[in-house]
Amino acid sequence: MKERGKRVVVAMSGGVDSSVAAALLVRAGYDVVGMMMRLWSDPAMGGAAHNRCCTPTQMGDARRIADQLGIPFYVLDTQDIFRGTVVEYFIDGHRSGNTPNPCLECNRRIRFEWLLNHALALDADYLATGHYARLKPDAAGGWLLKRGIDHNKDQSYVLSVLGQAQLSRAMFPVGDYPKARVRQLAAELGLHVASRQDSQDLCFLGRGDYRDFLRLHAPDVMQAGPIVTTAGDVLGEHGGLANYTIGQRKGLGLSYREPLYVLATNPLRNALIVGTRDQLGRDCLRAENANWISGAPPDSQFRAQVKIRYRAQPQRAEVVVTSADSFHVRFDEPQRDITAGQAAVVYDNDVCLGSGVIAKFEDA
Amino acid sequence: MRERRQVYLDHSASTPIDVRVQKAMLPFFGEVYGNSSSAHQYGRAAERAVEDARERVAAILRCQAAEVVFTGGGSESDNLAVRGAGWRSRQLGKSNRLITSPVEHSAVTQTIRQMDALMGFEAEFVPVDSSGLVDEAAFEQACRQGGAIASVIYANNELGSINDLTRLSLIARRHGVPFHSDAVQAGGQMTLDVGALGVDMLSLSAHKFYGPKGVGILYIREGIELASAITGGGHEHGQRAGTHNTAGIVGLAKALELAHDENAERSAHFSRLRNRLVAGVLQAVSGAELSGHPVQRLPSHASFVLPGIDANALLMHLDMWGISASSGSACKVGDPAPSEILLALGYSPEAAKCGLRLSVGTSTTTSDIDYVVDVLADASKKLRNLYANDALRENGRQSAAKPAAVPER
Repeated sequence: MKERGKRVVVAMSGGVDSSVAAALLVRAGYDVVGMMMRLWSDPAMGGAAHNRCCTPTQMGDARRIADQLGIPFYVLDTQDIFRGTVVEYFIDGHRSGNTPNPCLECNRRIRFEWLLNHALALDADYLATGHYARLKPDAAGGWLLKRGIDHNKDQSYVLSVLGQAQLSRAMFPVGDYPKARVRQLAAELGLHVASRQDSQDLCFLGRGDYRDFLRLHAPDVMQAGPIVTTAGDVLGEHGGLANYTIGQRKGLGLSYREPLYVLATNPLRNALIVGTRDQLGRDCLRAENANWISGAPPDSQFRAQVKIRYRAQPQRAEVVVTSADSFHVRFDEPQRDITAGQAAVVYDNDVCLGSGVIAKFEDA
Repeated sequence: MRERRQVYLDHSASTPIDVRVQKAMLPFFGEVYGNSSSAHQYGRAAERAVEDARERVAAILRCQAAEVVFTGGGSESDNLAVRGAGWRSRQLGKSNRLITSPVEHSAVTQTIRQMDALMGFEAEFVPVDSSGLVDEAAFEQACRQGGAIASVIYANNELGSINDLTRLSLIARRHGVPFHSDAVQAGGQMTLDVGALGVDMLSLSAHKFYGPKGVGILYIREGIELASAITGGGHEHGQRAGTHNTAGIVGLAKALELAHDENAERSAHFSRLRNRLVAGVLQAVSGAELSGHPVQRLPSHASFVLPGIDANALLMHLDMWGISASSGSACKVGDPAPSEILLALGYSPEAAKCGLRLSVGTSTTTSDIDYVVDVLADASKKLRNLYANDALRENGRQSAAKPAAVPER
C-alpha cells in the first residue's frame, strides 16, 4: 500500500472486486472517491442495458455501494474517447487479420490515461482498480508489477502495457488476496455484490458475441472466403476470418483424412489456412510495440516465461530484444496457438517485465 | 489551500423547508390526522386546515378560494392543465392544437408530445429568442388558428428568463385560447396576481419556495372547464381526486405567505448575491457567458455556458469541494444529452453540454459566493486542460506502445 490519508479514485464497476477494493481503501484511511466510466454502448446490439459493463443496473449497484461506504460516486461520460480508441482498435485489428485484445488498449488509453488524468485533476494522488495484480517497490525506487496472489485470477497480463508513470499512481488493493477471500470480504463488509458472477467477455459487445459485433461494424471482415491448405489446395469455404482462432479444430466443416486445424489467416486473400496437427505450433514469435515496465528490458537476451494470451499459462522461453520496441521469443516447447494481435507478456516468475503485440506469422 | 465548505447553490432544484413552515406542518403529522372528506370532528379539523390554507393562497393569488386546486406538485399541475384543457376541447369538438414553447418544463413538453403522438392532438411550438423568451408575433400567429390550450412558462428553470405573461395572455385571450403558465420557478419570487398576469391557469410547487415537496397548486380561473385527469372521489371540485395532503397543503400556504411577506428583502438579498456571482464567474472563467436574459430574469438565478468545460465533470469537481449546483445536461448515468433548452436558443450541441446553473437562496452568504467563484476558476482551468488533451489524443488512435506520460505533481 502506498501513502495513507491521500485521495484515491477507485474505478468502480458495481462488481465484487472493485467494490472490495474501495472498501479496503476506506478501511485503510484513504480519502476515497468512486468513479465509473460510461463506456460506449451499441444501440444496434441492445444499447447500454445489454453491455457487459456499466449498465444502468451496475451503476445503481456501484452507487449504492459507494453510499454504503460513505464515499462520493460519479459517472463519467467516456463514450467518445472509448469508441475512438478501444473499439476502433478492436475493429482495425480484425480488419488487418489480427485478433486484438482491446482490454490492454483500454488500460493504457482509457483507465490509466484518460481516467487517471481525470483523477489527478480532481486532486487525487492515486487511481485504484479491482485488478488482481500487485505493486511492489523495486530496488531502484520504482515499482514492480507482480502477478496477483491468486494465479487463477491474475490480471497482470492486461496491465503489462503500463509504465512507471502509471504504476507510481496505481493501486490494486485486491491483488494481495485470493478471489475466495475477496468474496468473503465482500460478505463480511455487507456489500451486496458477493454472489455476482465474474464479468466475462468484452464489455462493449452488448447482446451477442464479438462475431455479431463485427458483422455489424466491420462486415468486410466477416465475408466468406476460401479455406486452403499450406500447399494451396482449396478445401472449402469459411464464413469470415474473424470467426476463427489459431489452433481451432472444431467447426471448420471439412472432411479430410485427418483432423485439420487453423494455422493462420491471410487477410489479403481472405483465406483461412489450415493444416494437420504436426503443422500446428511454432516455437517462436516476434512482438512489436514493446513496453518494458521498468523502462528498459532486463538484458538484450534473457530467460523468461511468456504468456501468449490472457488465459494461457506462462511458458519458458528465451527472449531476444531486437529493437527499442520489438523482441523475439523462442519457446522451449512449440506453442499451438500463437495468435497475431494478442499480447506476448514477459514474466520473471511473479514479476511482469513487459509486453508486446504478437506480429503476423509471415513477418516473424 | 482553501478550506472546504458546504455551499448549496441549487435552490432552483429545491429549497430547504423554512423552520416556520415545518412548525406549521407539525400538528398535521400528529394530532390532526383525519381525512378532510370525513364528516366527523377529525375530518372537520382537517377540512378546516385545508380550506383555511386555500383562502390564504387565494389572497396572495388575488383570486377566489374555489379557483385554487391543490395537487401533488408542479408536474401534476401541468399535467392536469394541459390534459384537462385538451380533453375538454375534444369533448366539445373544438381545437386540437396545443400551443407551447420549446423551452418549457418537461412536465408540459412531454405531456404535449404524448398527446400529439398518441391521441391525435397537434403540438405547436412557438419559437423563442436568444434569451429564451417567447416571440410574441409568432405566438399571436399560432393563437390566431385557435387552440385547446397555450402553455408558456413564467420563468424558465434553466435560464431564469421571465416571460411577459401579461402581454402573452392578452394575445391568447384575444383569440379565445385558454392560457396556462408553469410558474413553478417564479413562485415565491415574482408576482402571482393572476388578474394582473391574465392567466387562466397557473402551476405552482411548494418546495421551490421553502415549502415541502409533493404539494402544489393549479389555479383554474372560474369559467375555465377542464376534463379531470385524475378521477376518483370528488375532491377539489372534481378537478383532482385524492385525499388531501393536509400537512403539505398547510405547509404550502405558510411558505407562500412568508415568501409574499418577505418578498422585498428576499429579492434584494438574492439579486445582490446573484449579481456578485455573475460578475465573479464572468471574470474568473474565460469565455464564460451568461445564458438567458441579462436583466429580465429571476433574482436568485444565474446560468452560464462555459465553453470547453463538460458540465458533468464540472459538477463533480464542484461537488468534491462541497458545492451543489446543476446543469441542463446533467445526469447521473454518464450519458449526458445536450440541453434541449440551450439547443432551442441556438447553441451548438457541444456548447449545450456546457451549461451551469447556480441559484442562490435565503441562507446564501457573500463568502459562499466568493468561495464558489474561486473553486470555479480553478476547476474550469483543470478541466479545460484535460479536455484539450483528449481532443488531441482522439486523433491519434492506435498510439505507439509507450505509455503516455502522466504529469508528475
